[in-house]
Amino acid sequence: MAGTDPIHQFVIEDIFPIATIGGDGTEGSGLHFAFTNSALFMVATVAITFLYLVLSSSQKRLVPNRLQLTSELLYEFVANMVRGSAGTEGMKFFPLVFSLFTFVLVGNMLGMIPYFFTITSHIIVTFALSMLVFLTVIIYGFIKNGPKFLGLFVPAGVPGYILPIVTPIEIISFLSRPISLSVRLFGNILAGHITLKVFTGFVVTMIPIGFFGAAGSILPLLMGIALTGLEFLVAAVQAYVFAVLTCMYLNDAIHPSH
Amino acid sequence: MASEATEAETPTEENLDAAVDATHGGSVGETHAATEDHGGTFPPFDPATFPSQLLWLAITFAALYLLMSRIALPQIGGVIADRRARVDADLKAADESRRKTDAAIAAYEEALASARAKAQGIANETRESIQADLASKRAAVEADLSEKLTAAEARIAETKAQALSHVDEIAAETAQAVASQLIGDVPQEQAQAAVSRVKE
Repeated sequence: MAGTDPIHQFVIEDIFPIATIGGDGTEGSGLHFAFTNSALFMVATVAITFLYLVLSSSQKRLVPNRLQLTSELLYEFVANMVRGSAGTEGMKFFPLVFSLFTFVLVGNMLGMIPYFFTITSHIIVTFALSMLVFLTVIIYGFIKNGPKFLGLFVPAGVPGYILPIVTPIEIISFLSRPISLSVRLFGNILAGHITLKVFTGFVVTMIPIGFFGAAGSILPLLMGIALTGLEFLVAAVQAYVFAVLTCMYLNDAIHPSH
Repeated sequence: MASEATEAETPTEENLDAAVDATHGGSVGETHAATEDHGGTFPPFDPATFPSQLLWLAITFAALYLLMSRIALPQIGGVIADRRARVDADLKAADESRRKTDAAIAAYEEALASARAKAQGIANETRESIQADLASKRAAVEADLSEKLTAAEARIAETKAQALSHVDEIAAETAQAVASQLIGDVPQEQAQAAVSRVKE
């Protein structure tokens, strides 16, 4: 069985193909579009998020029940995050930040279920989400502030002779944001899932090799249990970090002066 | 533990190879295509899967954004806003009620004070009116008495005057009677004239 291959869980399989654009007709050439296991879990993430939020709050209780309270807490949590980082003006991006947060959070959490695919374990997904944030910041920043948006790269109160050094640093740090944002999420999820798989894989491979192997397998099992808890924490924290950084970047677009 | 781990190392690799062999040789279906896909490249870095992932990410994330911004968030936000409005309204109503209560208490106290003042006023008025009544009655009685006194005095004076006027008559009669006794008949007029002459 492929049970102990730590990389196998990231394989993308076609559930049904849709189209191949370009290429010479051979395997792997051209742009191949298909409904994949990744797509399935993206759809599941959206469906679960939407149904949970809408159904839990559908009764519109004045005094919320537990289910409705969770939705309201999530709403207030993200709303306070946006308001705290980007100000009241940033609330126009509240649906975007909320969507990003729930997409990453639910995607990460779904990935914690055994045999489920983790959509955020692919760099292209996290990078696309980061680019969405990055382009939103740039476009909105220029629309709202015009050329003054470039003031973002010139920190106020810095002596003129330091500016030639500081400004390139600011530009580089700005341009590296989508990379750091995407690699942070991708790397945490990928590494966590590989580690989890490797340690729990030890249990499976140690049991057949005799008494000491079976007895010793308790150690990687305990490690696996501990890592599972840690990975749940990482799944939540990384979604939060992604959302908070999004808010801070949006704040730059709204208030470009430091 | 360390020795066990190193012991476990070799079988793991063997197992891994066996697993890869099994998927390669055995099942031909989708797993075959999948293992071939990631045969060389690490799946997250396999560009062949990028178009599908980007396509479905765009579709699903756009759907999520629309569903959140149009339906889910307005619904939850509406519930929260309704609750906040309700709480504010209730607090305002409570405040209003307290204000009304305070006003009612103030009005009551004012009414009480005015009633007390009025009662005192009425008492004073009554006392004054009684005193005035008493005074007027006394004045009337005094006036009556003084009138009666003057009337009585007038009557006395009249009686006295009358009595004095009768003195002449009596004197004339007496003089006539005396003269008649002494000198025979004397007319009344003569006697009177004589009396009045004496008086003068």
